[in-house]
Amino acid sequence: MKRSNAPIFWGLFGAGGMLSALLGPMLVFITGIAVPLGFLLPREQMSYPRMLAFAQHWAGKSFVFVVIALFIWHAAHRIFHSLHDFGIHGGTLAKLLCYGGALVVTLLALWSLLAVGF
Amino acid sequence: MSQPRNEVVGGRRPYRRSMTGWWRRDPFFVRYMIREATALVVAAYSIVLLAGVLSLAQGEAAWNAWLAAMRSPISIALNLLMLVGMIYHSYSWFEIMPKTMPAMFVGGKRVTAATITMFGLVAAVAAALALFAAAWVLRP
Amino acid sequence: MAEAGKTIEIEVLRYRPEQDAAPVTQSYRVPFTDDMSVLQGLQYIKDHLDGTLSFRWSCRMAICGSCGMMIDGRPKLSCKTFLREFHPGKLRIEALAHFPIERDLVAGVDDFLVKLESIKPYLIPKEPRRLDEGEYLQTPHELERYEQFSSCINCMLCYAACPQYGLDSKFTGPGVLALLHRYNADSRDGGRDERMQLVNAEEGVWSCTAVGYCSEVCPKAVDPANAVNQNKVNSAKDYFLRFLRPRGARNGASK
Repeated sequence: MKRSNAPIFWGLFGAGGMLSALLGPMLVFITGIAVPLGFLLPREQMSYPRMLAFAQHWAGKSFVFVVIALFIWHAAHRIFHSLHDFGIHGGTLAKLLCYGGALVVTLLALWSLLAVGF
Repeated sequence: MSQPRNEVVGGRRPYRRSMTGWWRRDPFFVRYMIREATALVVAAYSIVLLAGVLSLAQGEAAWNAWLAAMRSPISIALNLLMLVGMIYHSYSWFEIMPKTMPAMFVGGKRVTAATITMFGLVAAVAAALALFAAAWVLRP
Repeated sequence: MAEAGKTIEIEVLRYRPEQDAAPVTQSYRVPFTDDMSVLQGLQYIKDHLDGTLSFRWSCRMAICGSCGMMIDGRPKLSCKTFLREFHPGKLRIEALAHFPIERDLVAGVDDFLVKLESIKPYLIPKEPRRLDEGEYLQTPHELERYEQFSSCINCMLCYAACPQYGLDSKFTGPGVLALLHRYNADSRDGGRDERMQLVNAEEGVWSCTAVGYCSEVCPKAVDPANAVNQNKVNSAKDYFLRFLRPRGARNGASK
């Protein structure tokens, strides 16, 4: 029987799932609700100078990249399998859309985070 | 899918039932589909962040436009929905996590799945508080 | 036989290949007492109402694994389910899901049997052992590592519960993978490497999406979901670390 390459995608799925399970809710709260509304945290927390400095620092850069990348690879794997659950057996096309999409997001994130400089 | 050879012998005519709508047949399956659907929330947040870093890379004007979008009532509403989705993802993740682990024993007694889930949820709450604390410490 | 009083309507999905193009529902009104199982209800139908009804059964005590069927949409052993649970409503019975229907409540289980044989469900010694070496010794802890997975009665309720098996029967499935794990986790066994080939395939553990319903319906608390998903970790370890192991090394240790 042919060995499956699933472990690669499952590994990314697992890492992304764990990261989003631990940090997802608070990240959404901080970036999507608290700071935009100035609730519990000031609006200035996400001002351009502060966020630029954050993204230019190696720690901030890595953190944002890891979150974007692992979250999207987690989602791609799950969505691909959910299509199968719904009876959509796109095979190669489905794989290309899901994992290809995740790759696009990853590369765009990488480019942006490098483009902001150090 | 080809029929096993012995099915054509002896007047057998097996009837294969449809899987259409399988997940609607039991609440257990509906909950499973909801759990899997939280992947859309995780994807959505990743894309929101991606839009952010793309804007950041394009300069102050682009960033402020993204920020303004994030402050809009529609965005706040969607983020509240995303928050609910993320929380359910977190809960369902630790609910299923014990299934991936071999049996663990502490003091001769088997550690139950419920205990493992509880530890996971406690870790999630701790991580959330730590993240908030980090943001708090770094606030202007 | 039955005391005066209670009856329940049992709706059965009939299928007679020689006369039916497709399955057809037939209702029976069955008198019952609180101690009667669904199996006994079916036996009443066959004995008194309709001798043509076909269904599998044997031990009547939830150990042979013969009487699995869909009872009100859920995979259950008919000998372990009671009519009183459904009274005063009606009860719908169908052959075990995700298997083809041979006749009435008899499911075609050829596929399961083929899969059962395919995983080498027997102890493969680590090295040849002579009779004068005596028995294998096993500590209670070593027993505990596989005992729960040895409780499987091959009733196939987990296959009826598993939507991935229903969607694609190439999937080896929960029960067979649990049995595979039972042998891998047994300290007497050295056949892990041989079985890993099946585990690592797409039809092995990688068709599972951790729905978990298999473990919910198992009448013997085998927890097949645990067996399958634990082996995702083992399979991933095998995938990433395979180049680190010296060629020809036989990993007999069931870690």
